[in-house]
Amino acid sequence: MCALINAYDVRQESEMLQPLDFNRRLRLKQVAKVFKAEISNVIRLTEMEKLFHLRIVDDTDRERFTFLPGQFVMVEVPGYGEVPISISSSTSNKGFIELCIRRAGTVTGALHRARRGAMVGIRGPFGTHFPLKRMKGRSVILVAGGLGLAPLRAPIFHVTENRSDFQDIHILYGTKSPEQLLFDYQYEAWRRIDDVNIQIIVEEPNEAWTGPVGMITKLLDDVKVDPSETFAIVCGPPVMFKFVCQRLSKMGIPMDRMFVSLERRMHCGMGKCCRCNVGSTYTCTDGPVFDYWSVINLKEAI
Amino acid sequence: MLFRILGKEKFRSLIEVILESNEIIAPKRVGSNASGEPIHQFLPIDAFDEMDLDYRTTEYSAKTYFLPYRENLCSFNLDDGDWQQEISYRIQPRAIIGLRAYDINALLKLDKVFIRNKFPSPYYVSRRENTFIVGLDHDPLEDEFSQSMGTDIVTHGFDLFLTDLGDRYFVAIASDRGFNLLNRVEVREVTDDDTNTYKEVRRRILAGFKTKINVHNLPNLLDLEFTSEVWEKWGKKCLSCGSCAMVCPTCYCYGVNEEVSMDFSKATRVKQLHSCNLLDFAEVAGGHNFRPDQQTRLKYRYYHQHRGFVEDYDEPKCVGCNRCGRVCLAGISPAAVIKDLYEENL
Repeated sequence: MCALINAYDVRQESEMLQPLDFNRRLRLKQVAKVFKAEISNVIRLTEMEKLFHLRIVDDTDRERFTFLPGQFVMVEVPGYGEVPISISSSTSNKGFIELCIRRAGTVTGALHRARRGAMVGIRGPFGTHFPLKRMKGRSVILVAGGLGLAPLRAPIFHVTENRSDFQDIHILYGTKSPEQLLFDYQYEAWRRIDDVNIQIIVEEPNEAWTGPVGMITKLLDDVKVDPSETFAIVCGPPVMFKFVCQRLSKMGIPMDRMFVSLERRMHCGMGKCCRCNVGSTYTCTDGPVFDYWSVINLKEAI
Repeated sequence: MLFRILGKEKFRSLIEVILESNEIIAPKRVGSNASGEPIHQFLPIDAFDEMDLDYRTTEYSAKTYFLPYRENLCSFNLDDGDWQQEISYRIQPRAIIGLRAYDINALLKLDKVFIRNKFPSPYYVSRRENTFIVGLDHDPLEDEFSQSMGTDIVTHGFDLFLTDLGDRYFVAIASDRGFNLLNRVEVREVTDDDTNTYKEVRRRILAGFKTKINVHNLPNLLDLEFTSEVWEKWGKKCLSCGSCAMVCPTCYCYGVNEEVSMDFSKATRVKQLHSCNLLDFAEVAGGHNFRPDQQTRLKYRYYHQHRGFVEDYDEPKCVGCNRCGRVCLAGISPAAVIKDLYEENL
């Protein structure tokens, strides 16, 4: 007998049959679908962090996948779960994406044990990005603390690959100890780029350390910029970006020209699960990139 | 909106006609509480007489039929280092009978999050579209404050909405499938007499609201009272059990976990509703917890209900059903907490 209330099959909706693109706003899409990706390379950075190269297996999906600096993906390890990871590679890199991952829990632990060739899944990209178009023609200060270099690396690639689009570029990076410095093999390459000021500082030096010692804000002492012509991007733990942004404010940089990337636990990436809420704001869809004015208006953000 | 008059015996045959081919969820008496009052829940019924349309309220909302407490999002068939993902949606149609106006308003709020947002959820869309909703007017409960939240009236989001006029129902029709289904049985046009009786019933219902809360300027007040002692007072009582979120018709926060079959051949991604009052809600990798104490978590719940949601959707998330107030083991009721916020002197 024919049912009185007819069934509605969501799978037959035309939008559901279109190629999946998370950056495109659609009435419906297969939000749980992952792109299968191969771990094509693993690079050891420190005791705790590794850099993974992920290559989307399907040729069409891989070619369609684009992201903006500051966005993140949800990385799925079947059997373990899903975690949000910011994309560390250059947007001009089309073949694979790079993810810098600290061993911290179940999923990241599984990733650290995974070998080259293993198949994982990615959903995304999600979230807001650093507005690099707005920064064109201006000076940019990029400040990272600890693991904050991971989300900062994408905008660093952008400004160094498009050097003529910007005035002065300052890259400031600090960690607790020299052993924790990420991407140490790249500093020299960045330093050699025309007019890029890169400074590295540690709080607790070892015997081999010859560079500056102290808090990251100390590096700002030597940074001379025209505050009305300068943007800043700050990534790191909340206490660090709070002090850095206060300092940048004192230098005269407007709060809506300073950008930070927040980090929270996420279970969806799509503004649903509420796990990443700061006050009422979703870190996943309203962020992770916020200007400093928005951040100080968020209760419990710092 | 179209209105019709449906005789009560005709309503019975309508339900029986639906039952022949579709599942029906309706308020069902499941037991009694310590004072002997009946306890009702929205559950599947097999016959008309199993439902109790004279119910006062249900312990749980009908949310579980749209946002199940546990739902499989997808599975991964694991095979020799490789895997295939499988995604399925629930597409079986069913009817829910007897939802209150505040419960339908709750669904309208969930629609904003799960349909009219940047990433519409096909899981929710499928369940929502496949659910035929018959609402039912009611005389307010002593402690309900839906009128203060503006959710005692509903004009869309359902198929049919009934108001009991004694021997007949006054039916509001909000969809073509509702109209078609209603025409399976004999209905008649509304007369002036019906309209007058309907207005009388609505006046009686309006006069029945005993609990009223002041929500004027509440979003700003919450920001001003962020460090208020009110949070400590109520936060101290909170047991962080999460019952409020479980019974709430609009609480939708969740967590996702992955489960692996015993033979390691299959992994399933399971979504499970969570509560912002639970200890681990805002814990992040490395163990830092952004809301380590219960008063911060309780405050956060009120923030989301009455400030955050307003920011995003221009209306509070709370519908005023007071299910959370009734279920709370520590006796925390939203009406009392909000009243305290207004009366606190700085």
